[in-house]
Amino acid sequence: MAELAEAEIENYTVNFGPQHPAAHGVLRLVLEMGGETIDRVDPHIGLLHRGTEKLIEHKTYLQAVPYFDRLDYVSPMNQEQAYAIAVEKLLGIEVPKRGQYIRMLFCELTRILNHIMNIGSYAMDVGAMTPFLWTFEEREKLMTFYDDVSGARMHAAYVRPGGVARDMPAGLVERIADWAEHFPKIIDDVEGLLSNNRIFKQRTVDIGVVSKEQALDWGFTGPNLRASGLAWDLRKSQPYDGYEEMDFDIPIGKHGDCYDRYIVRIEEMRQSLRIINQCLENMPTGPVKVQDGKISPPPRGDMKGSMEALIHHFKLYTEGYHVPRGETYAAVEAPKGEFAVYLISDGSNKPYRCRIRAPGFVHMQGMDFMLRGHMLADVPAVLGSIDIVFGEVDR
Amino acid sequence: MAELWTSYIWPVVWIVMQILMFLVPILIAVAYLTYAERKIISAMQMRIGPNVVGWFGLLQPFADALKLLTKETVLPTGASPVVFFLAPMVTFSLAMLAWAVIPVSPGWVISDLNVGILYLFAISSLGVYGVVMAGWASNSRYAFLGAMRSAAQMVSYEVSIGFIMITVLMTAGTLNLSALVEAQSEPLFGFLPGWYFIPHLPMFVVFFISVLAETNRHPFDLPEAESELVAGFMTEYSSMSFALFFLGEYANMIMMSGMVSILFLGGWLPPYDAAPWNLIPGVVWFAAKIAFCLFIFIWVRATFPRYRYDQLMRLGWKVFLPFSLIWLALTAGFLVYFDKLPA
Repeated sequence: MAELAEAEIENYTVNFGPQHPAAHGVLRLVLEMGGETIDRVDPHIGLLHRGTEKLIEHKTYLQAVPYFDRLDYVSPMNQEQAYAIAVEKLLGIEVPKRGQYIRMLFCELTRILNHIMNIGSYAMDVGAMTPFLWTFEEREKLMTFYDDVSGARMHAAYVRPGGVARDMPAGLVERIADWAEHFPKIIDDVEGLLSNNRIFKQRTVDIGVVSKEQALDWGFTGPNLRASGLAWDLRKSQPYDGYEEMDFDIPIGKHGDCYDRYIVRIEEMRQSLRIINQCLENMPTGPVKVQDGKISPPPRGDMKGSMEALIHHFKLYTEGYHVPRGETYAAVEAPKGEFAVYLISDGSNKPYRCRIRAPGFVHMQGMDFMLRGHMLADVPAVLGSIDIVFGEVDR
Repeated sequence: MAELWTSYIWPVVWIVMQILMFLVPILIAVAYLTYAERKIISAMQMRIGPNVVGWFGLLQPFADALKLLTKETVLPTGASPVVFFLAPMVTFSLAMLAWAVIPVSPGWVISDLNVGILYLFAISSLGVYGVVMAGWASNSRYAFLGAMRSAAQMVSYEVSIGFIMITVLMTAGTLNLSALVEAQSEPLFGFLPGWYFIPHLPMFVVFFISVLAETNRHPFDLPEAESELVAGFMTEYSSMSFALFFLGEYANMIMMSGMVSILFLGGWLPPYDAAPWNLIPGVVWFAAKIAFCLFIFIWVRATFPRYRYDQLMRLGWKVFLPFSLIWLALTAGFLVYFDKLPA
């Protein structure tokens, strides 16, 4: 009897991932459960750690670009943009207008690319299969645009320090305009399945509530912060790459629950479409990258006749360019939140240090307080709503 | 010796043949239900669906079955072998057993039990045992949680299913399924089909939703909610033991659709007992009604997100149960007050 009385009651622990259909990528959550209720969430990260930051220290400034595609592989170009802006700041150069507009255009396309992926997989996490496949159809079209400008569907390496790799091919503007015209219908369709669906609302309203104070304390950014009611958007508060010329609104939520995060993303897609349309209408002409042979490569044609161009090309693709000594912090409003690069240069052709601020990593920390007291079924709901991609969390 | 043949062997052979005549079409129907589900959902999701094996992918179900048969059956460490392998058999055989009393056409029934509906109810309630056994014997946490959910879910929805059945039984005045169908042959107000889904429309809806829950289908597929519990109680199953669960689940869907057809959609009856309608044989009507129900099953799956466990329990106990109880009282009151109780 005495032994029985001493028996300790332990919480039931469940391993959620890393091989779990709803653990986005390689997340491992150790859940301490009291029945179906969650007492504690312990996220274990690092299973996708590839040492990106260290690798970048051993690459020239240009060679570092593709690593940014592979961080948050759902929204590659925004991250290239952050890096490009950081390098440009150190170099003290300004991207030509057309280059800026192309960057904006593609970064907003990327935002939609990211948000439809998130909304689709989020719906899948709470059990609705169809939106996922509908949004993937659109994603495929968007990736064709990626393909058209860069030759790659995902890992574009298109936004580069000094501008973009090359100009858009003929006819792409019209194709994007066509797509932008019909895309609102897809958003409406997806909304029709989810936004007013009672089951979807029951699964998301008042789940994983984050107050404004909590969001700030935990360093939330992006849609997750805006869903908590704070209109903070780097595109408005510290515009970069010409966003100050764009007319768009910042959607914010009221309660900071999963539903608000979803609705904010839906609305952000509509705002992105506005920006895309403005970019397409006002697309300036001119060069797409700085016309400095020491930083951006010369056109192929010049290399056939000009000795100087040939030397520039050779130098750029062997040694790369030297960046003046200094350090800088460049942040962009990536689809998932504030994505930033802290870059230190020692005057050589390689970054001395490249620290990457990934929004997903910060949001990941919030899992515990967001999920406490909720049920097991809310884990995928909250996880989906904060939009985590492990490429950037583990870096 | 002759007496042995006439009184024992021939009847047994005859019964076995009857059973086979039921089971073989059902198993084929199950195979093509999986195909239909994939095709319908893929159409709704702007995909193509299976189209490689056979014409339009028509041989896909058999390819799948063959694949499952040739896979290795894995027994997880710490699992209880007997219960582990018994569970899928229980599920599968219960799904088949239920067909014994389902009449597909006048007289086309293996056993015309006078308490057929009670038998059906009992068999479908037993279905939970397969799930609980699987969950317990797998020695896996996902499976265990899945089984607990499933037990709670099936038990709570059975309560409202029971009350709805009583409502229908009162209207029809019989427990025999064939007689229940016949009772729906009288046209309503002289021009509407006498099927019970018209007078009992709210109960028809509640019953259909409860059936979704009872068969663990979307949006109530919590026991196997892949976004939380991997595959719920089926997590540890592979090859044929998995196939038996799978077959059982789909056979249950067909059986439950048959039950909906019998209780609310007039079984094998045509909508009007007149020229173009009654030329079509009853079995075709019955199959068409089952196909209609199954289509809704699949449609729902493509459309809705999944309920959470507590929400599902709340829906069952706090919404459906009172609702079906009130309807039961209303029906009883109506029948007694207007003196319409069946003899």
